[in-house]
Amino acid sequence: MNLHAVRAIYHFEMARAWRTLMQSIVSPVLSTSLYFIVFGAAIGTRITEIEGVSYGAFIVPGLVMLSLLTQSISNASFGIYFPRFTGTIYELLSAPVSPLEIVLGYVGAAATKSVILGLIILATAGLFVPLRIEHPVWMIVFLVLTAFAFSLFGFIIGIWADGFEKLQVIPLLLITPLTFLGGTFYSVNMLPPFWQAVSMFNPVVYLVSGFRWSFYELADVNVGLSVAATFGFLGLCLAAVWWIFRTGYRLKT
Amino acid sequence: MTPIIAVSNLSKTYASGFQALKRINLEIRRGEIFALLGPNGAGKTTLISIVCGIVNPSEGEVLVDGRDIAAHYRAVRSMIGLVPQELTTDAFESVWATTSFSRGLFGRPPNPAHIQKVLRDLSLWEKKDNRVMTLSGGMKRRLLIAKALSHEPQILFLDEPTAGVDVELRKDMWNIVRALRDSGVTIILTTHYIEEAEEMADRVGVIAKGELLLVEGKEALMRKLGRKQLTLQLRERLAEVPASLAKYKLELGAEGNTLVYTYDTQAERTGITALLDEMGGAGIGFVDLHTDQSSLEDIFVDLVRKTR
Ligand SMILES: Nc1ncnc2c1ncn2[C@@H]1O[C@H](COP(=O)(O)OP(=O)(O)OP(=O)(O)O)[C@@H](O)[C@H]1O
Ligand SMILES: [Mg+2]
Repeated sequence: MNLHAVRAIYHFEMARAWRTLMQSIVSPVLSTSLYFIVFGAAIGTRITEIEGVSYGAFIVPGLVMLSLLTQSISNASFGIYFPRFTGTIYELLSAPVSPLEIVLGYVGAAATKSVILGLIILATAGLFVPLRIEHPVWMIVFLVLTAFAFSLFGFIIGIWADGFEKLQVIPLLLITPLTFLGGTFYSVNMLPPFWQAVSMFNPVVYLVSGFRWSFYELADVNVGLSVAATFGFLGLCLAAVWWIFRTGYRLKT
Repeated sequence: MTPIIAVSNLSKTYASGFQALKRINLEIRRGEIFALLGPNGAGKTTLISIVCGIVNPSEGEVLVDGRDIAAHYRAVRSMIGLVPQELTTDAFESVWATTSFSRGLFGRPPNPAHIQKVLRDLSLWEKKDNRVMTLSGGMKRRLLIAKALSHEPQILFLDEPTAGVDVELRKDMWNIVRALRDSGVTIILTTHYIEEAEEMADRVGVIAKGELLLVEGKEALMRKLGRKQLTLQLRERLAEVPASLAKYKLELGAEGNTLVYTYDTQAERTGITALLDEMGGAGIGFVDLHTDQSSLEDIFVDLVRKTR
């Protein structure tokens, strides 16, 4: 195991986050605060509570999830796409590193950033609403696993993309809609039965539901299903990354 | 002694269907400076990229220090440093950070003293805290060399190291390369500047259109393919070359006061004595004479022309 390489990549990626502190930390915090003002304050006056939890507090797990998904993807996809774009990837390809080490470095750094971000958003949310975390260990487990899974997903997008537009397209066209329709700002149980059934095909529902359960013990689906969905997605992404490196897909000519 | 790099029957066909390398066989000796010479698109970068693991070969085998580059990629790659042709750098990093990064990536524990030495050798020490994007082109080129040397490789690939580097710096770079060779590093460089190969290399390989045309010690190559020209400064102007001397294929200078005789150094007889005798017979006197040996450039242009 080339641990020096893992460390080098990880530090490199973390240093990038410090350089772009505005993008990495400040802007998601700002947008979360805006969500709070708009959804929490405005809609919160109409929907006072959901299943005994104040609306403002109810949306916190969903908001964290929303940032976690989008930031994991954008961080990891950019991290690997940029060297491909500038050509500095030559160094990575010619280095004595295994796919596992590359993934640990890049995805580890992206996931770390997302987890830190998630915690900052939680802290920010704590300023607006009283927070309650029933199962802190599970909360961290969901946070870390989701961050890893979606950083892996972002890594795959960063390898697949052959232009900056493609880097945006999946988060924009797939993840954002799925997250907004995934019970981030409402309980799926509030939907008419037909849309409830449709929602069950949305994987984000399982992630948000499990995460919310760790806060308030409120869940749209069984927690076991949430755990399974998280691991399932993680496994799927791992398999895809394994295939990419085995075939040299888009990395080598 | 086993060659440090052994390439056998190496072919590369890109996804586009273009065959960039055609059954290349090449051995690089330990500790030599090997120059790979060829026109644009010859396949030099492709060949280097395969050895370094950036491009997948289509066919054939590459052994580095006796080990297969795919099966033993870890051991093999940690021996190799690569300076790419393109100036690809991390614009936002500092010189120090990007050089240290390279060392870590190649599996070496941090060693600030070594990084410092490399940066000093390449006259980049004053710039160590500068962002890469603030460097000039020549400095970026040297930075790429510093990155490649950061992990103390035994083999160094330089893909057109002096492109865009001024004459002064080019001399510096040659000195650095020689010093590296003297410290035991094997160096493979590609170049368009023939003077570079001529100045630097122990052996030269000429490649064109994906085929390795020849590999030869530099001196042997010059001797083997070298033509010499004998220039005679005439006592009196000539209007034309006398018919009696036609068989020597002499060229008359524009002024009419020089005669140039081209001969092959490999030939059994150069014909010089006979020529001078016959000139004396024809009453053509000369006041001075000198010979020129064709440069690698001429040899190279000749060779490449023959393959067209
Ligand atoms: N990724 C690729 N896909 C298709 N063709 C390629 C690719 N890379 C290189 N080629 C082709 O392979 C041939 C050899 O290219 P290569 O870069 O190895 O040449 P070179 O000898 O390094 O040239 P130069 O002196 O210009 O750097 C060229 O015709 C080039 O167009
Ligand atoms: Mg080239």
